[in-house]
Amino acid sequence: MKVPVTVTVNGRRYARDVEPRLLLVHFIRDLGGITGTKIGCDTSQCGACTVLLDGVAVRSCTCLAVQADGSAVTTIEGLAENGKLHPLQEAFWNKHGLQCGFCTPGMILAAHELLRTKPKPTDEEIRAGLEGNMCRCTGYHNIVRSVREAAGAMAGR
Amino acid sequence: MATSIFGSGIRRREDPRLITGAATYTDDLSLPDMVHAAMLRSPHAHARITRIDTSRAKKAPGVVAVFAGAEIDALQAMPCAWLLPNSNLKVATYRCGACDVVRYVGDIVGVVVAETPYQAQDALELVDVDYEPLPVVTDPVSANKPGAPQLHPDVPNNEAFHWTVGGGDIDAAFKNAELVVKERIVQQRLIPNAMEPRAALAQWKGASGELTLWNTTQNPHILRFLCSVVTGVSEDKLRVIAPEVGGGFGSKIAAYPADFITVFCARKLNRPVKWTESRRENYQATTHGRDHVQEIELAAKKDGTILGLRATVWAGMGAYLSTAAPGIPTILHGLMLSGVYKLPALKEDVHGVYTNTTPVEAYRGAGRPEATFMIERMMDKLAAELKMDPAELRLKNMIPRFENGHSVVTGLSYDSGDYPAGLKKLLAHVKYQELRKEQADARKKGRYLGIGLATYVEICGLGPSQVAGAIGFQGGLWESAIVRFHPTGKVHVFIGASPHGQGEETTFAQIVASEIGVDVGDVKVFHGDTDVTPMGWGTYGSRTTAVGGAALVFATRKVKEKAKIIAAHLLEAAVEDIEYGDGKFAVKGSPDKAKTIQEIALMAHVAWNMPKDVEAGLEASMFYDPPNFTFPYGSHLAVVEVDTETGQVDLKRYVALDDCGPQINPVIVEGQVHGGVVQGVGQALWEEAVYDENGQLLTGSMVDYALPRADLLPNIEVLSTVTPSPHHPLGLKGIGEAGTIASTAAVYNAVLDAVAPLGVKTLQMPMTPERVWRAMQQAQGRA
Repeated sequence: MKVPVTVTVNGRRYARDVEPRLLLVHFIRDLGGITGTKIGCDTSQCGACTVLLDGVAVRSCTCLAVQADGSAVTTIEGLAENGKLHPLQEAFWNKHGLQCGFCTPGMILAAHELLRTKPKPTDEEIRAGLEGNMCRCTGYHNIVRSVREAAGAMAGR
Repeated sequence: MATSIFGSGIRRREDPRLITGAATYTDDLSLPDMVHAAMLRSPHAHARITRIDTSRAKKAPGVVAVFAGAEIDALQAMPCAWLLPNSNLKVATYRCGACDVVRYVGDIVGVVVAETPYQAQDALELVDVDYEPLPVVTDPVSANKPGAPQLHPDVPNNEAFHWTVGGGDIDAAFKNAELVVKERIVQQRLIPNAMEPRAALAQWKGASGELTLWNTTQNPHILRFLCSVVTGVSEDKLRVIAPEVGGGFGSKIAAYPADFITVFCARKLNRPVKWTESRRENYQATTHGRDHVQEIELAAKKDGTILGLRATVWAGMGAYLSTAAPGIPTILHGLMLSGVYKLPALKEDVHGVYTNTTPVEAYRGAGRPEATFMIERMMDKLAAELKMDPAELRLKNMIPRFENGHSVVTGLSYDSGDYPAGLKKLLAHVKYQELRKEQADARKKGRYLGIGLATYVEICGLGPSQVAGAIGFQGGLWESAIVRFHPTGKVHVFIGASPHGQGEETTFAQIVASEIGVDVGDVKVFHGDTDVTPMGWGTYGSRTTAVGGAALVFATRKVKEKAKIIAAHLLEAAVEDIEYGDGKFAVKGSPDKAKTIQEIALMAHVAWNMPKDVEAGLEASMFYDPPNFTFPYGSHLAVVEVDTETGQVDLKRYVALDDCGPQINPVIVEGQVHGGVVQGVGQALWEEAVYDENGQLLTGSMVDYALPRADLLPNIEVLSTVTPSPHHPLGLKGIGEAGTIASTAAVYNAVLDAVAPLGVKTLQMPMTPERVWRAMQQAQGRA
């Protein structure tokens, strides 16, 4: 049995017939080329699959495609506007906030959520805000610096 | 200025694709007509397969094929590539698909291929397998005893190997000892947890008999070689591509049955086949690390002088020997046991033992963290026994400064080091005496602070190929680089190593820019494709910069020599009269008479006016085999506070001082230290792969396996000293594993230091609140 869903991903509308059990992350990754959203675990622990669903961060591995019907999803590919990197992307680049890059899309979108709800976080608040996103490369040190820099840049916008 | 690019913390060239989602990892690839494989894995740790029936699965929707283990017969057994000499090594048969006995939870018994990954997963449940359970053993000490369940028919006591290392007069050391401290340490089994799960995509081109394998590997050239051996596809028709690879930490060194089964399916079906492991599979079947039980004795004099170290280690190898596994608890461990100290005598026995668990492999540090922990734990224990300050004891026993070679008791010759200077700099930075006073004051107020030190020296830059051969490594350990100038002076660099997050696309461009004066942005580094790059042995053991970086320097210098000859010809001067500086080749004494490297590159390509007997083009290659290993080192310090009510450990401060020689890009070096340190902290405080008595992995998901999280960690202070390696052209030593090697011991020593006043003498890792609390209760007689 398949059901029709329509999801807008990064501003483009996709209508597909999907199995009800299809996870949102697979829906997105199978659209053809939008593979920036990563799958790091099966248990909603690692946060690599974080996307924005109607502007709010969710784990796309714990969300069914049918639940996103009629919604707008922003993935890492949709964060830069008019070819200009989002301040979070700039900051992760400037502060060496990534190494292998696999957790990075989810990390940046989780940080986006953090700054949406808490625009001027302390380091402690950044760490608490990102505790659900695993990174094995950076030890989080430079991720914290990146988010701190992005918060500053976004405050000035 | 171009020459100052060396040492500059420029932003990484890799990052734009990674921060925008444009990077392509193996699982991001799709090919027309592609189908999906799912591995059927044993739910039993040890069992005989009495029946396997794939008929129901074959009829499931979307299923293209199902193969039971016995039907995957076209594949040779998995090769073990580190055949330890003088060790009575017994390499048990490791089939790609088990057909009679399974030996760990995760052993592959079959494969399903279907049109979608969901359909493949569904059909797995329809394969009917009958198992007759066999007795299980999971810890290496029990498995090594007579009468233990035996995994392989021809391996008594499950002993895969017995290896020894020694030097000096160990009996005399213990005879002359004024005191001996003993300890039993469990280096618990760890799961590497690269964030990207492993994946393989195989494409068979039946008409030409060519096969392309995209794989999450740290070493595509080794994988091509092993894939050729196992699958029978000849090497010239086999292309292995490591696209973007999301971390490895050792777990992507090995060749794996699942990869070759994917190749097998692609050939059988003549369709591209993709396999991507789930995290659960990753925990069950991608290699683990550590798993040592260590019994250690340290002989010393009352003034703190150490005399000898004697140890027996049982190293759990898992159910089979993974590709490089035998070398990890032996060569990379035992040879480093004397650490940074003047240790006159050593004897270690290592028993590598098969157990009903996931095979182990290198895991960040690979043998060296286990060695560092042993000696650093014993130094602290000795200090406590002697009521000496641990820093003072270390300084007393350290090898003094040396610049070009120092032989240690294990037979290695360290390249260069100034261990006391590093430790003293660290102690000065933290104001060690004041810190101790702060600790004493806190104790008066009922707060339990602990200060832990660890010093280390590691063996990197693997290594001279002649030595590799002598120690049983079934390959060479040189690296390669090609530097190719294009007509406009832009440069392509091709390297045999295969970085997967370490940033060599940036640092290697910095090397070229610094050597030959091109803009760093004009250098592009290619890696990870066996059809494109020269042969190389891969990225592990902190060797890419130490060995591959040297190859690149020499290749660039070859280009420079040729450029000089062309410049001399164009400037009508003698070659000896040309000098290089800042990207220009000028006639000595007449700086106006000069050619830029870009001008020379153009002339070399149009070749209108070349010197006699000089070929057109401007490129060079280098296969560099180092004369020795490199030996980075350092001293780390951790400050913790233990909540005596709950046993909770709070890591309050961490200071790392590392010496990896000159730093190409200090920002990248710091990043390597941060990540390394946190991985070692994870072992000390949180991480452990736990099996139950039936061999079920209890920590089978990220819910149960406690990875370091952002909110549990402090910022990390990074210091350095710079002691160039005498044998590397730029003095570089390697930094990838340093943090992990030191930090487990530093944090352990800190936690024990915190609770020692309560009478706690030893702790078991990971030092979870429960364990610390119980140790305190026991010490206080409240057990």
